[in-house]
Amino acid sequence: MTALPIEPVPQATDGEPPVATPRRGGASTANAADRLYKGVLTALALGLPILMLALVEQLTTNAWPAIRQFGWRFVGTSVWDPVAGVFGAAPMIFGTLASSFLAVIIAVPLALGVAVFLTEFAPKAVRQPIAFVVELLAAIPSVVYGLWGVFVLIPFLRTYLVPPLRAVFGWTPFVTGVFYGNSLLAGGIILAIMIVPYIAAVSREVLLAVPGTQREAALGMGATRWEAVWTAVMPYGRAGLIGAVILGLGRALGETMAVTMVIGNRHDISVSVLQPAYTMAAAIANEFSEATTAVYLSALFEVGLILFVITVLVNALARLLIWQVARGTAVGSRAL
Amino acid sequence: MSVRRLRRRIVSGLMTGLVVALCGVAVLALLLILGDLLVKGASSLDWRFFVKNPVPAGQSGGGVANAIVGTAIIVGLGALIGLPVGIGSGLYLAEYGSGRLGWIVRFLADVMNGTPSIVVGVFAWTWLVKPMGHFSAFAGGAALAILMVPMVARTTEEMVRLVPHSLREAALALGYPRWRTSIGIIARTALAGIVTGCLVAVARIAGETAPLLFTALGNLNFSTSINQPMQTLSLQIFTYATGPFEEWHRLAWAAALVLMGLVLVLALGARWAVRQRHDTGR
Repeated sequence: MTALPIEPVPQATDGEPPVATPRRGGASTANAADRLYKGVLTALALGLPILMLALVEQLTTNAWPAIRQFGWRFVGTSVWDPVAGVFGAAPMIFGTLASSFLAVIIAVPLALGVAVFLTEFAPKAVRQPIAFVVELLAAIPSVVYGLWGVFVLIPFLRTYLVPPLRAVFGWTPFVTGVFYGNSLLAGGIILAIMIVPYIAAVSREVLLAVPGTQREAALGMGATRWEAVWTAVMPYGRAGLIGAVILGLGRALGETMAVTMVIGNRHDISVSVLQPAYTMAAAIANEFSEATTAVYLSALFEVGLILFVITVLVNALARLLIWQVARGTAVGSRAL
Repeated sequence: MSVRRLRRRIVSGLMTGLVVALCGVAVLALLLILGDLLVKGASSLDWRFFVKNPVPAGQSGGGVANAIVGTAIIVGLGALIGLPVGIGSGLYLAEYGSGRLGWIVRFLADVMNGTPSIVVGVFAWTWLVKPMGHFSAFAGGAALAILMVPMVARTTEEMVRLVPHSLREAALALGYPRWRTSIGIIARTALAGIVTGCLVAVARIAGETAPLLFTALGNLNFSTSINQPMQTLSLQIFTYATGPFEEWHRLAWAAALVLMGLVLVLALGARWAVRQRHDTGR
């Protein structure tokens, strides 16, 4: 460890005994080393904000030509014609939001079920194993979900889920049209399975952070176990639970590979979940390397920028809500 | 006993049952996916898968040796860049992170954890691929490193914060300088936890595909040069799963099983590391 003394070593004056010099020198070297240590750590920690700034700067600069050329038409119109150089991203934005909301609707009951079961009802012996199994869902790579979606989920949907869906909800506009397999429904279900572990993990930590006295008070007043959970525990952690769900939403919005593989990648807006759709992330994944013209590339950058801004807002909101309950902990930043 | 009381108990029982059922569905989903992976993947695995390179489309008998080596190189690169920065940031947050900068870094790390990986890929493209003029494994590794930093930073911080304050005070009272206390006492005590965080982060980036699409790009040939495009298992699965050939689909399942095995080993290793800490911590 070579530590450069940043402050000059104090000179021994004539009156002082010479013994004092090495001791003071030693303390000063230690201070310098401390300062160096802090400096190195600060430099490393500054890496993150700098990266973030660079990312925003790069996205904005590269998207700028498209922003100037298309303005609000970019988010409001549906024509995506690289040959003519006309770009409207409304179908992707719609597809991203629709698939993510579908995923959240499916995932929230499952994830809350897991979290409530694990914190309130499960016997001690099975808590750890079940928590581990659910967290394993988060460890499965996105592309593997996609593979499973293409070869297992979609055939299953075609045979077992779509016919009853049509029979029951056939009168609504949501299940009309021919089902080819790749569809909003397939994308939503895959996304749902993928975000369950995130919502479940954060909800569980939120529920664990609820003071035991809440539970005891409710039970003491004669509430059943379910009533204690429903009226005392969950309302106490409400902000955190909403945060958990929004965090899951953020995950779903940015998911790329699995969705790209099963959603059909059709640039069209349809309210039927049986129809193919497109998401912003999928558009970038599919078209970025074949974007030959400058304006095409710029349009894709703008798609990336919109996606980034949406996910940052959603995540920031989720964090603030979770921090209200479990202050300052890194809830949900772990994959497992 | 009143009817009302009975009704409340029935509702309670029903809802408990519902919660158990919902939890069961989530567990079932995982078992189904792992089961399919095991059945379809294992039946497709043979020795050629590990030692041969891909053969031209339509032929059979190829392997993905290039992707296995490529995954190791790119993930290794990502860890090499990402782990020191992540651990350093985490130590900063735990040791000096009570001020405004600490708050900003912590918040940005949490926000960045949720940033879509495809956006990071696009960023790595503008930052590394475009100036360099070609796709490269290095750009892929850098993109993965960017994804790792916030994860590692936050888990490191959490683990370091778990170290009892008395240990720090004891070291300082003995005249240890702060940096030695931080590295030799605090970080060392939290080592198992930090290693766990690192393993989890490595496991997560090993499966990433989106940030590699425009950085490492993929490569049909065997390559170990980090200046050249390189194949990874995840990219290979994407190509093969979306391709038209039966043989490709078979290889995709096999590659998925191998990738999942790799991720599982890392995840289980992480849990094992935690257990070590709990055993020795007493």
